[in-house]
Amino acid sequence: MANDKLASGSRLDEATGTQTVGHEWDGIEELDTPMPRWWLWAFYATIVWGIAYVIAYPAWPMIDRATEGVLGWSSRGQLATEIAEQDKARAATVAALADMPIEKLPDDPALMRAAVAGGRAAFKVNCVQCHGAGAAGSIGYPNLNDDDWLWGGNLKEIEYTIIHGTRQPGGKDTHTSLMPAFGRDQMLTDGQISAVADHVLSLSGRAKPNATGAQIFADNCAACHGADGKGDRQFGAPNLADAIWLYGGSKAQVVQQISNARLGVMPAWGGRLDPVTIKMLAAYVHSLGGGEAFAATAAAPGETAAAQAGAVPQEAGDVRP
Amino acid sequence: MDKVVARGGIWIAVMLVALVAAATAKDAGFSIHMTIVAFTALVIMAIGVSKADYSTIARGVLRMPSGETTYDDDPVRWGVLATVFWGIVGFLVGLYIALQLAFPALNLGLEYTTFGRLRPLHTSAVVFAFGGNALIATSFYVVQRTCRARLAFPGIARFVFWGYQMFLVLAASGYVLGITQSREYAEPEWYVDLWLTIVWVLYGAVFVGTLLKRKEPHIYVANWFYLSFIITIAMLHILNNLAVPVSWTGSLSYSAFSGVQDALVQWWYGHNAVAFFLTVPFLAMMYYFVPKQAQRPIYSYRLSILHFWSLIFLYIWAGPHHLHYTALPDWAQTLGMVFSVILWMPSWGGMINGLMTLNGAWDKVRTDPIIRMMVVALAFYGMATFEGPMLSVKVVNSLSHYTDWTIGHVHAGALGWNGMITFAAVYYLVPRLWNRERLYSLRMVNWHFWLATLGIVFYASAMWVAGVTQGLMWREYGADGYLVNSFVDTVAALHPMYLLRAFGGVLYLAGGVLMVVNVWRTIQGRQREEAPMSSAPYDAAADRPIAPAPAE
Repeated sequence: MANDKLASGSRLDEATGTQTVGHEWDGIEELDTPMPRWWLWAFYATIVWGIAYVIAYPAWPMIDRATEGVLGWSSRGQLATEIAEQDKARAATVAALADMPIEKLPDDPALMRAAVAGGRAAFKVNCVQCHGAGAAGSIGYPNLNDDDWLWGGNLKEIEYTIIHGTRQPGGKDTHTSLMPAFGRDQMLTDGQISAVADHVLSLSGRAKPNATGAQIFADNCAACHGADGKGDRQFGAPNLADAIWLYGGSKAQVVQQISNARLGVMPAWGGRLDPVTIKMLAAYVHSLGGGEAFAATAAAPGETAAAQAGAVPQEAGDVRP
Repeated sequence: MDKVVARGGIWIAVMLVALVAAATAKDAGFSIHMTIVAFTALVIMAIGVSKADYSTIARGVLRMPSGETTYDDDPVRWGVLATVFWGIVGFLVGLYIALQLAFPALNLGLEYTTFGRLRPLHTSAVVFAFGGNALIATSFYVVQRTCRARLAFPGIARFVFWGYQMFLVLAASGYVLGITQSREYAEPEWYVDLWLTIVWVLYGAVFVGTLLKRKEPHIYVANWFYLSFIITIAMLHILNNLAVPVSWTGSLSYSAFSGVQDALVQWWYGHNAVAFFLTVPFLAMMYYFVPKQAQRPIYSYRLSILHFWSLIFLYIWAGPHHLHYTALPDWAQTLGMVFSVILWMPSWGGMINGLMTLNGAWDKVRTDPIIRMMVVALAFYGMATFEGPMLSVKVVNSLSHYTDWTIGHVHAGALGWNGMITFAAVYYLVPRLWNRERLYSLRMVNWHFWLATLGIVFYASAMWVAGVTQGLMWREYGADGYLVNSFVDTVAALHPMYLLRAFGGVLYLAGGVLMVVNVWRTIQGRQREEAPMSSAPYDAAADRPIAPAPAE
């Protein structure tokens, strides 16, 4: 800029050798330095890039739709492509699993391993919220690493539980059972509940035997939990004689469950996940350490578990000795 | 006397209306808020009718210079004090919620202290309370001096300050009570929004009025930036908060927008809160305080024009980059990305103009910790405004979005740029506003500088690592073609980074505490006995002609 265009106050700044513009505010002056070349050219370059980008990609909103861009790219299209690629990579496994009845799955170790891997991924998305990342559960949510099963622990039974859920409202084939609220509904007195809790705890050696409690147990609880308290999978009635507790094993927790039973709900996944994913989930849960063999098949449970132990880095967790 | 009675009557009326609203409130939060309003009206009325001159007492306690000063600086003094106060509140809450992320037990099992309620308290306290007070205070200071005119409406200027504090109190208490419209950086409900609208329009009136009164032929660049901030924030605030209250005596309202349109309006607002609240007016601060402290002319007048207009033109379109790969139509995502990338150079224009203003005064970086703060502020501004366009690029965004990288990015900008330039402005202003010869201690400023800088380094680098870790873990596929990690695995992996981030927060807060001490003692008029920041060593013994030793 020629000096004659600058205001009258313009002066040469000694430190930089640049002319000032000539205005001054509260002692602040401005130099008339030209814009840095690199800055200007970088600015132009981004503008040119921007123009190219809005030609190449969806950009200009028209009356009923936007321009699609000469590359034909769309975010939905990109997602569909990426999912299709992944599906393609898994297609053979998925097709094989779809055709394979779950009872026969253990006979094909390679397919079983693939199913466990897929199940592990599906578990992380759908199941960890209740059962925990390591499938160790928490109060009210069963630990899946152990061999203590409420509704059955072979592949078929696990698959059934996943498909139909437990106490899924409106579910036709869902597992259902109802433990009475003995305290809330005044079926037992506080003293009786305390006594029966002592009896329950005595089954696993956590309390001294209680004769009164044993009688109350025989009258009220044995129908579902069995005379020896070892549970009954027909009713999803937990085994009370082991060290594994669904709602906690302290006296207070047992008293609470007897007084005011909580009835856990697991969603029926049949309508949400496809049959192959469910099969994979069943295989994964089965592989965690406590999966049971079919009574009919010859494979021993130990073998199945051992074959999958290498593929399952999860900690075995609270496995009962 | 009649006037006093009339005013008292008005405040009694306000108090009664607020009490009726509190009594008939549909929810407890609204009731508490109306009680706060009623109590405030009562206090104002009591001050008005009482014989004691509380204003003078407060000015005495705060050692404010009495009598008519050259410029109308009382609102600036209050603003500087409020900036320091709210800064500490914001940093403290920020540290606490950082620790909550590392140790969830610190949620304490109380609804009032959950992360969800304290986070908006933190963001609003630092952005609107610390930042907002700094902006209102410095804009009043700068506009008077660069226009060589006193504030246009002194009474309204005071109302703006106190009205803004009322907004902050209602907003902050509302978050803790669970009153929120769940809009990022715009959580306060409809009645608080209406109050802020009144305060903000009057703020604009004071600022524009002062510009119109100016005795200078031209409007200084800092004032262009302040003006665009005031105008655009008004527009953003009103549009984003369009809502229908469910009841006139309840806190709940419903937004005028829904679905993806609502998301777009929110992020159009949200990103422009970053643009027109945290960038544009802070550049205004830079344009005044950097040349004043460095005592050098602005580097380039032409650059300031081009980067100002390109910055405000481009920034307003950048919001959709917060909604990449969502239900937002692709064309709108393109808009957000393209404008964000083109924004890179206009943003850097401000950094260049600030840094290059030090041409001829670079030695001051060695000797003046305030200049040092300004330089680091500009460096972080430059870094954040490079990182921003980069993160807006879809392919980068697909990794960084929803991760802690975003948190790191915003804090590099907020702690580095907004925080540092504000600290520098506070240190510049306090001795001048209280007529002190110098700050209590320049060495404490230096300590503050290093604590804050180190804090930012810990914070930003921890969040970069955390964000990239998180993004990579989320998208990690195993050789068998399935996802490897569950969400909670990624949370567990971030724990060490969260500890480092909290440690950075401790350092930054410690620097803030030093500022409180320094500002308070400066106001008291004390000066710390300390060695100067820089002095060439002087050896008296050597300072003499060489005399030949006499022979023995």
